[in-house]
Amino acid sequence: MPQIFHPSMNTISRLTIFGAVFMISALGWLLLTVVRSPYVTNVGVVREQPVPFSHKHHASEAGIDCRYCHTSVEFSSFAGIPPTQTCMNCHSQIWSQSPMLEPVRASFRDGKPLAWNRVHDLPDYVYFDHSIHVAKGVACMTCHGEVDQMPLIYRAASLHMEWCLGCHRHPDEHIGPRDAVFATSAQLAQMSAGESRDRLAADYHVQSKTNCSTCHR
Amino acid sequence: MNPQPNSTNLEHHERLVAPGHTFASVTDKIASIVLARQLKYGWVIGFALSFGLTMLLLFATAWLFVKGVGVWGIDVPVAWGFAIVNFVWWVGIGHAGTLISAILLLLHQEWRTSINRFAEAMTLFAVACAGMFPLLHLGRPQYFYWLVPYPSTMGVWPQFRSPLIWDFFAVSTYATVSLLFWYVGLIPDLATLRDRTKRRVPQIVYGILAMGWRGSARHWRRYQDAYLLLAALATPLVVSVHSVVSFDFAVAIVPGWHSTVFPPYFVAGAIYSGFAMVLTIAIPLRAAYGLKDFITDRHLDNMAKVMLASGLIVAYGYLTETFTAWYSGQQPDLYVVENRAMGPYAFWYWLLLTCNIAVPQFLWSARVRRNTYALFALALVINLGMWLERFIIVVVSLHRDFLPSSWGMYTPTFWDWSTLFGSIGLFVALMFLFIRLLPVISIFEMREMVEHSEHEQ
Amino acid sequence: MGACGQNHLGYPQLDIVEAEQSCGPSGNSPMWRSLDELAGDPRVMALARREFPSLLDRLVDAPSRREFLRLMGASLALAGLEGCIRQPEEKIVPYVRAPEQIIPGKPLYYATAMTHGGASLGLLVESQMGRPVKVEGNPLHPAVPEVMSKANDATKSSLRFGATDAFAQAIVLSLYDPDRSQTVIHAGQIDTWESFYTQLRERLEKDTTTGGAGLRVLSEAVISPTLVDQIEALLKRFPGAKWHQYEPINEDAAIAGARLAFGASIVPSYDLAQADVILSLDADFLVDGPQRLVDGRAFAERRKVGGANAGSMNRLYMVETGRTQTGAVADHRLAVGPREVIQFTWAIAAAFGLQSAKSRFSEVIGVSQSWIDVVVGDLRKSRGRSVVLAGRMQPPVVHALAHWLNQALGNIGTTVTYRDPIVARAELNSESMRELTEGVRAGEVSTLIMLGGNPAYNAPAELKFGEVLAGVPFTVHLSEYVDETSAQCGWHIPAAHLLESWSDTRAADSTASIVQPLIAPLYGGKTSHELVAALLGDPDAKSHDLVRGYWERWHQRRGASDSFDAIWRTALHDGVVAGTQMPPVIRTLRPDIANALEHELDAINELPNAELQIAFRPDPSVWDGRFANNGWLQELPRPFSKLTWNNAVLVSPATAAEHSLKSGDVVEIVISSGSVKLPVVVVPGHPRQTVTVHIGYGRTAAGRIGNSVGVNIYPLRTSDAPWFAGIDRLKKTGTRVNLATTQHHHLLEGRNLIRTGTLAEFVAAPQHPKFMDVDEDTNPQESLYPQREWAGYQWGMVVNQSACFGCNACVVACQAENNVPIVGADQVSRGREMHWLRIDNYYDGSPDDPETYHQPMLCMHCEMAPCEVVCPVAATTHSDEGLNEMTYNRCVGTRYCSNNCPYKVRRFNFFDYNAELRENATMQLRPNPDVTVRSRGVMEKCTYCVQRINEARITTEKQDRTIHDGEIVTACQAACPAEALTFGNLNEATSAVAQLAKSSLNYSVLGELNTRPRTTHLAVVRNPNPALRHTSDESTT
Repeated sequence: MPQIFHPSMNTISRLTIFGAVFMISALGWLLLTVVRSPYVTNVGVVREQPVPFSHKHHASEAGIDCRYCHTSVEFSSFAGIPPTQTCMNCHSQIWSQSPMLEPVRASFRDGKPLAWNRVHDLPDYVYFDHSIHVAKGVACMTCHGEVDQMPLIYRAASLHMEWCLGCHRHPDEHIGPRDAVFATSAQLAQMSAGESRDRLAADYHVQSKTNCSTCHR
Repeated sequence: MNPQPNSTNLEHHERLVAPGHTFASVTDKIASIVLARQLKYGWVIGFALSFGLTMLLLFATAWLFVKGVGVWGIDVPVAWGFAIVNFVWWVGIGHAGTLISAILLLLHQEWRTSINRFAEAMTLFAVACAGMFPLLHLGRPQYFYWLVPYPSTMGVWPQFRSPLIWDFFAVSTYATVSLLFWYVGLIPDLATLRDRTKRRVPQIVYGILAMGWRGSARHWRRYQDAYLLLAALATPLVVSVHSVVSFDFAVAIVPGWHSTVFPPYFVAGAIYSGFAMVLTIAIPLRAAYGLKDFITDRHLDNMAKVMLASGLIVAYGYLTETFTAWYSGQQPDLYVVENRAMGPYAFWYWLLLTCNIAVPQFLWSARVRRNTYALFALALVINLGMWLERFIIVVVSLHRDFLPSSWGMYTPTFWDWSTLFGSIGLFVALMFLFIRLLPVISIFEMREMVEHSEHEQ
Repeated sequence: MGACGQNHLGYPQLDIVEAEQSCGPSGNSPMWRSLDELAGDPRVMALARREFPSLLDRLVDAPSRREFLRLMGASLALAGLEGCIRQPEEKIVPYVRAPEQIIPGKPLYYATAMTHGGASLGLLVESQMGRPVKVEGNPLHPAVPEVMSKANDATKSSLRFGATDAFAQAIVLSLYDPDRSQTVIHAGQIDTWESFYTQLRERLEKDTTTGGAGLRVLSEAVISPTLVDQIEALLKRFPGAKWHQYEPINEDAAIAGARLAFGASIVPSYDLAQADVILSLDADFLVDGPQRLVDGRAFAERRKVGGANAGSMNRLYMVETGRTQTGAVADHRLAVGPREVIQFTWAIAAAFGLQSAKSRFSEVIGVSQSWIDVVVGDLRKSRGRSVVLAGRMQPPVVHALAHWLNQALGNIGTTVTYRDPIVARAELNSESMRELTEGVRAGEVSTLIMLGGNPAYNAPAELKFGEVLAGVPFTVHLSEYVDETSAQCGWHIPAAHLLESWSDTRAADSTASIVQPLIAPLYGGKTSHELVAALLGDPDAKSHDLVRGYWERWHQRRGASDSFDAIWRTALHDGVVAGTQMPPVIRTLRPDIANALEHELDAINELPNAELQIAFRPDPSVWDGRFANNGWLQELPRPFSKLTWNNAVLVSPATAAEHSLKSGDVVEIVISSGSVKLPVVVVPGHPRQTVTVHIGYGRTAAGRIGNSVGVNIYPLRTSDAPWFAGIDRLKKTGTRVNLATTQHHHLLEGRNLIRTGTLAEFVAAPQHPKFMDVDEDTNPQESLYPQREWAGYQWGMVVNQSACFGCNACVVACQAENNVPIVGADQVSRGREMHWLRIDNYYDGSPDDPETYHQPMLCMHCEMAPCEVVCPVAATTHSDEGLNEMTYNRCVGTRYCSNNCPYKVRRFNFFDYNAELRENATMQLRPNPDVTVRSRGVMEKCTYCVQRINEARITTEKQDRTIHDGEIVTACQAACPAEALTFGNLNEATSAVAQLAKSSLNYSVLGELNTRPRTTHLAVVRNPNPALRHTSDESTT
């Protein structure tokens, strides 16, 4: 009776059998890495914007406070995106002819708002409130990164639920003094470590809120 | 146990293999079913029909995914319907195979030999059908994987107190072990087929599956160890799976579910329905392929006895349920009993009792046990009965629970029925493929039987 | 598939453009930034006009082949992994110039008022980024009782809510109704306001020559001072013109009754807080009438026993011709036919010495003498502290007798006061309507202007108004929908919705409220003011200017010194115009009242003396049919029958037995004015002398929701028999229909679900009433699970079953607040209604005269929640504040939790019930942005309005203080006129809820299961007169 298989098949079959184990685990690992990769989370990915607005220039160089534009950050769930009016406050005077700012002027002229591409975007079933985080001493930079060093804004954190929980499970590790909430990275550098975070946590009555309804309703 | 006086010596003369069989004849007989080139006419028709039903299942499933579980008859309070009923039914059926192969093997019940192969196949296919339903049952099936413990970006894990999680593990383990057990058992026969077939493609396919089996003494020794080991592994699973499935109900507080008798009662029911299904397949099978020499009347007789025994345990289970309801004195529990017997679904309850308790009593008579037609009919009746039992447990318990204001009804829709019959179609279709592609009876074990029977003479 | 299905769940929290926001086939929602743009945006309008499949069409599960393929295609498109694991890109669109007071993410409340049931109801409407999303009551309004007032006073709370009713709650849905009329229509063709005005002017010029002799204005009952002023001006301009008012559900009998008793059409109002004994003559005063909310509150307060007011419970005797919510909570209920009511009233009056009555009062009546004696006894005992009320369905003589009795009992001035009517002209609606129709028949009418109303549908049958209309050369109909009447008219003008309009209205005490808009007209609707202004030659007048103008003149007339601007602002802010309340009028009965009543005695003989009579009642959900296109109200379970999406004949068990009828059997009812085929619902306790049908159904031009729902009853309703008619024949047709009811079983099956006892029993042992003892241990403490420490806020609710009269306001309030979808009749009949809060309805005792109980049921938030342990993915969990939380976006839909919930308060999205919200541009504006819109295949349930809890927690945390009692009011609690629902922190000993939880009447439903519910119930305590045998004694369940 003729041989059906070449002897090498023995080796090949052994390889495939044992190899399968590694292949499968590798695949699993790959999946878990992909969902945490910038491809999915957009961390560090710069979005095309109608106007190439530079936080670096405005926040650190011009030294404008976050709240000048994001007015409702202390009062509302929504930090607020400035109306064209706010831009024009200055840019009717300075750079009033710059071609880069034409979209802004156009918007102001014919009352058509600027449509920005959203960078920090939570799913609609997540109810995040800026005001309470600010009130509890969570600095802008804790979540948004060193915005004042970003010429063009991008997402600094994955905004995955596990990332939120990281802080909600151990809040005291992420809070700072209330007066440093809006500080630029430069100011933060100068500031001394100051009082311990536990003290702050106690003073601000920071509790670990991990109820589902804290964010989902 | 047998009422007929002359039957004892009759049984003595009876053998597990008809006389006059040699190693070669056994091998020829069984292998020929697979190796025969042309398809049997009946096989084609049977496969076509079952395949049609499988397509119906596909259609129903597609429509289900498009529209949502609302296409079924479920509602509040009856949030679980056919999907769960079918699931429990199929899992139950999936018990016989492993029981026969593993437990009877360990108990040296030789008569198991000729039926274990297709019983195991039956088990696998039944479990496959069962495994499908929990998925279809979900409101958002695309997220089934949230039941799997893995490091998700949500930073949360499954809720391990839920019986559904236990279910998930129990059923998947059972499926895996059964598959291994079956496959390991197949290896020597796959080699036989590889060697006997003349065509190239089958040679390669069977060759790969046979994993280079050469039947050397070393192979045999390892084989025996592995097989026994798997048998030992499978044995506890036979009991565990359906116990865990029963927890889905026993752990809940729904009157008619919340009962400690469920695990043993469910396992017995599973064996009951399992053997019924084995008979349902064995009887036509041995007729169609002339396997009466291997699947003898004695086999049928034994299985019938097992069926009778497990049936009686199930009957006891019903009794206990009623008793505990009365003993608890809880109004809702008492009402469940009343509602089953006299409520809107009373007809089905009484039909269930007829199928599962009354009719099987015929099995006391040896004449019935030896009459293949009667036996076949009985097996079918019991299959129906066991399905009804699950229907009564799931639906009738739910539709009237604690608050009369929330009582409701459950009316299955076309889509409910098509998933049920579709799954049966899938099961049968797989059986047909199995019959055509793999030896329905373990060839090498039959050779051993021949060996033994010659010694007897 | 991670992000995929989940995005269907969410709803934009701000008005951020959701470009391609979901991976689903129906993801593209239109952008809108400001209201004006929204109203004008052609894309929005186009989308809004586009036909969208009605709910019921979409939900039938039999697939057409094409649909199947289409959907398969769609779902395959879904499968693109890329689109699903990556988050879809969104735009964010700020203002160009930010408006003053809007802070994105913070709601604003505006005061306005709605006119319903003959008077105004003060409202506070929540606006989210310019979208009205939720209605609350305005406690500063005289007709609105405040919620948690004690706590609010204690904490000087700034934002206070008042109660509302189901109708008020539902108006936000009507606002966004895509079926509303959207253009001017002339002879079936789309036309413009301008061309309408040009034609109108020609027409009026013709009329001016004749002094407007051919001009008629038909309106609903007008209460708006501005409109009255305008119409008067119009009548001055056209002396020959006539003004008619018609409402199908009117006060004609009451007015006639008042004229009979006082010779003047004055209107009584009651102070039920002072009333120890209440005799209601078929008056459903808890849910009907201009004062329903304050009356309901006053009544309920006197029903709450335990704690402070142990013995101060009132006693209600109800004599009724059908089943009413008021009757259901009565201590003694007499279910009789209309003529028995009259005879009974006569008997009482006679007992109090209405001399002349004696002579004529000889015939036997269907009421046991003992009953009469008991009532008389009780009334006599409490002179000056009792009330006799007569229902709108009762003939004038009963009203007159009620006035007489109140006089005789010395109630006038204490519990009863009288006021001049607030409606412009207190005239008999039916008279006015007949007059108009005759005018048209005689060809006198050349121009007919209809300000709202739907006479072609609901005018008295014998007038055949629909046909008559054709005879008028120039007809104009202003209405929100292109309805039955519009179809008959030359011109149809789209009316602005209440929340789009400037107007004004009055409360029963004639306190005026300014109606201010929350949003610019979505469909460019006009108000009555603007139409009348056009009649007066000013087509461009804005109702804001008209209304403001009127009040400015009013201010000048008063000659007050302070600036009008300040007054105007205050009026808008408070929702009431200070100083517009009228004092009560003092009137004495006509001296010859006895003889006048003598005359009226014939009323009895005039009454149809068929032993079985049909009663036409206002519908508790669609009223006179005006709310027919409101899905929330259509799907609201009607009291007693629990029927939705339909009307039916309510019959007594006796009648049912006589004709061998079961619920669902269709019967044919023949009366002199015609016949009707309707399904039957058997209602225990319904009087055997009558059958009840509700009017307002069988609309043919209501809209896609309301069309051909139920059967139109108006063709049977004539002006001489508006409420009752003798039945010539009631025949079983043999056909059966599947009724979409939400509760099929109304008996207690001997289970201790409702603890109940009498006041006497309670007073006997206030600390431990014996009726609270039930055989089994109702709250076991031992448990296998580790005991939890409950520190900090611990939320809980107490439901006072003695106070609840089942008005359904809470159900709709919950639906509005929590974006609860409607599912349609088919789904309801399959047992898939979605209401998070339901009012269970139980009967106990003999079917002919049972005790009736309302049991509000919502998530119990069990401390030992059975649902939580069985969820495989931890989608339902327990918060450390004691909430049982349902996380929709984690739910995979095993439905195990629902099975394991003994209270069956969990609801499942069997289909994509919210598809409309994504598919329809205007509907997208409706949902409350603080609550997730649930997708297909997830479980949902009551959350104790966790969004309100979170809001309060965040606010207080920012102020470094704790949450005050009453600072969080759940939607249902805010709506409840009876304050039957109390929510709060159980850990705060002084909180209202903690007090009630300690009450000796407090118990847990199904407590024996050791679920430890956070929602507990207070036993039903009633105050029967020992002299009358209590029906529930011969309990036959």
